[in-house]
Amino acid sequence: MSTPFPTINDSLLAEQGTDLAPKVPAQARPPAPSSPGRVELPGKGPLLTRSGWSAFVIALIVVCAVAPVLNLWVPEGHALHLSTYAVALLGKIMCYAICALAMDLIWGYTGILSLGHGVFFALGGYTMGMYLMRQIGADGNYKSNLPDFMVFLDWKELPWHWTFSDSFVATLILIVAVPGIVAFVFGYFAFRSRIKGVYFSIITQAMTFAAMLLFFRNETGFGGNNGFTDFKRILDIPIATPSMRMTLFVMTGLTLLGFFLFAKWLVGSKFGRVLQAIRDAETRVMFSGYSPLGYKLTIWVISAVMCGVAGALYVPQVGIINPGEMSPANSIEIAIWAAVGGRASLIGPIVGAFIVNGAKSWLTVAYPEFWLYFLGALFIGVTLFLPNGVVGLVKKLRKGAEQ
Amino acid sequence: MRLRHLLFYATLFIAAHAHALSADEVKGIIFGETDTRVEALNKAALTADEKTVAFIQALSDDAVKTSGDKVFVVKDDKAFDPVTGAEQPLPQDAEDVINPNMMRSELDNALAALKLLSKDEQLRREAIKTLGSDSDEARLPLIEKAWAAETVPALKDQLEMMRAAILLGSSDRAKRLEAAGLLSASKNPATKTVLIERLGTELDADVKVALQAALAKVEASLAWGDKLGAIFSGISLGSILLLVALGLAITYGLMGVINMAHGELMMIGAYATYVVQGLFQKYLPGAFDWYLLAAVPVAFLASALMGAVLERSVIRFLYGRPLETLLATWGISLMLQQLVRSIFGAQNVGVENPVWMSGGVQVLGNLSLPYNRLVIIGFAIAVLLGMGWLIGRTRLGLFVRGVTQNRPIASCMGVNTARIDTYAFALGSGIAGLAGCALSQVGNVGPDLGQGYIVDAFMVVVLGGVGQLAGTVYAAMGLGILNKFLEGWTGAVLAKIAVLVIIIIFIQKRPQGIFAMKGRSAEA
Repeated sequence: MSTPFPTINDSLLAEQGTDLAPKVPAQARPPAPSSPGRVELPGKGPLLTRSGWSAFVIALIVVCAVAPVLNLWVPEGHALHLSTYAVALLGKIMCYAICALAMDLIWGYTGILSLGHGVFFALGGYTMGMYLMRQIGADGNYKSNLPDFMVFLDWKELPWHWTFSDSFVATLILIVAVPGIVAFVFGYFAFRSRIKGVYFSIITQAMTFAAMLLFFRNETGFGGNNGFTDFKRILDIPIATPSMRMTLFVMTGLTLLGFFLFAKWLVGSKFGRVLQAIRDAETRVMFSGYSPLGYKLTIWVISAVMCGVAGALYVPQVGIINPGEMSPANSIEIAIWAAVGGRASLIGPIVGAFIVNGAKSWLTVAYPEFWLYFLGALFIGVTLFLPNGVVGLVKKLRKGAEQ
Repeated sequence: MRLRHLLFYATLFIAAHAHALSADEVKGIIFGETDTRVEALNKAALTADEKTVAFIQALSDDAVKTSGDKVFVVKDDKAFDPVTGAEQPLPQDAEDVINPNMMRSELDNALAALKLLSKDEQLRREAIKTLGSDSDEARLPLIEKAWAAETVPALKDQLEMMRAAILLGSSDRAKRLEAAGLLSASKNPATKTVLIERLGTELDADVKVALQAALAKVEASLAWGDKLGAIFSGISLGSILLLVALGLAITYGLMGVINMAHGELMMIGAYATYVVQGLFQKYLPGAFDWYLLAAVPVAFLASALMGAVLERSVIRFLYGRPLETLLATWGISLMLQQLVRSIFGAQNVGVENPVWMSGGVQVLGNLSLPYNRLVIIGFAIAVLLGMGWLIGRTRLGLFVRGVTQNRPIASCMGVNTARIDTYAFALGSGIAGLAGCALSQVGNVGPDLGQGYIVDAFMVVVLGGVGQLAGTVYAAMGLGILNKFLEGWTGAVLAKIAVLVIIIIFIQKRPQGIFAMKGRSAEA
């Protein structure tokens, strides 16, 4: 690949796909990234600073107490009432935020841009969806024990891959295992042959495209292009009741917070520092005696599993899963959330997911024509003017105010 | 239409012993149950003269009226007697003759069968095509008559096949054996279905053996056509992939910009073609057939201009940061899609093939090469040669290569690198526009056009080896042919999935593509 600015420094960055934007023009940058003063030691643990601790507690309270109270106990029509629509929207966005966080671990901290995370999200979602389809029981349109689409296709029994769909415990295990195993196999071969940068991004895109085509087919046994829908209950409890909605919402919120803490711990650990070293100069990491394969593979699988869990939480709240979730466009959008919020900061991607999806749900209703212009302009604007995303902007402003 | 009918009456070959249309025949065809009407029609067709043909034609055109038991052919508000041809007053209570669908198709077939006897070769050819798979035994005498009179060898062969297909259904065992022998020489895929159908119902052992032998022979002669057909459609798909990927080979391969808006630049080319088509329809309807020639440069310029604007306004700030160009160009692609939706609407627009691009060359019985595919293959070759010339032989190409290989040195030599970047990007975009123009002739033109091809385009460039033009060509052709052969036994979607998986595996083995760059630059 060509390097339009062939200084050593830049070609390395370009090769690694590390596009944490240079804060100074390329030419003015110090020649070696290892010059004194540039090494950043990890900060204190996530809950050790006072501000970190209090922010976390506030988030916990909002998710577990404020939202349920405002939705379930504040009467409708009251100014503080949180509508069911808003709860569903927030729940959905929190699932997206988990994806953005997962993307940040692999992209922001390890320098590997995946354009196929939608596959893992959808795999988790489909696993959950299979359980939910079985929970419908004989209440479907055809009053059969089989899911409706199978009756429609004139199938007589469940295909083999639906074997465990009856059991909730097995479903919980599969939600982690299926995306994890798929990611492991794909990642092992890709990282072993040292595919990196743009090449990796493009083959992950091919992966998600192939998966989408596969799931669109009826005979794959995943409901073809309609996917799964019409869910009725989960653990034999009706799924549409306000309390069930709230439970799912709170669980999503707790999962997000849990993953956030986990990610914070991970990137602060020695493991996380090796990841960042791989991002900045993989060759040097290898010369230092580390084998990047294990590190990359581990973070890749962790990131995929996080996406899978997000998908599993998403499906019962939204009530549908179809192969559209695997379209390359959806996977790229996940990267956008991370980029808008700010890569290589953990709070950034979460903020990014909220900003982009909040704007989406508002604009697609208020100005449907406008949404794509806005999204497109956001991508261009962020890459051109906010290389470190919204979080970077806030940091910059704060620094400016201090001086 | 009228003119053709006149021509047809004028050139109709009339058998010597044909007798004139009688009043009884007319009544038999017009009145009664559909079955008896069809019978009368076929009987009359066997011994048809000019008047019979005119009458059947009039019936087929709904120009026949009845009043009581009298029949009138209405022409230019005047009524004529079908038998004598004399003008008659049309009674007030005259009613239209109602032709049920079955009657209608029999009328068409009878007309076609009669046209077999026409002196005009084109009419005979059409008639054979219309009758095609119709194997009604009642028509046998007529076909034999036409066969005896036929002078063009190709048509004579086709008539013989029709005759054999009809004989195959005969109750006479010897005739069926004869037919099986005749059909074994056929190279027509329809023969295969006819034979298989007959095998299912055949009871006589000898005839069965003969039928199986004929089937094997037909299949053997079809196999070649199938193979060549798969190769041709593979090359055709490959040439489309090549067109789609060539522009990207410049913007991504040479310049390192992951141009996710490449598909939308193709879309612009396709819409430019649509606009040119509209302008021709409005202002130059006479030259409509040649709108495509004007659309090619327009599509190129429209996309190239858009590419230049994008390069100047966005992409030049992002050189050396490939993943950021991915994000920014993705944003651009979304905006361009919405722009097209706002201007042209969200629906697909219709782009017509010019007349000279429809139809095809019949090479073998089961292999015909459509003109539009042939034109696109030629077009892809032309674009490839043009681009090779531009990059390899011109001053601009020299500068582009120089700048992408070593920017500072090129700059030292006095090359305006920023301008060269713009030119190169505009060139890549313009080629995308040409691809869009070609795609408008084979697929749908809509706001999603680009999305459907972007994954393919990247696959081709990556597989070929980034920065390698020859690799792009091999990859496009290889993928096209592989895809079509897999389609042969798995179906289109599974073939596509298989190809993607094969690419993923292949890149594991050769991460740099078919033609890896060698030496130190390989890792950079």
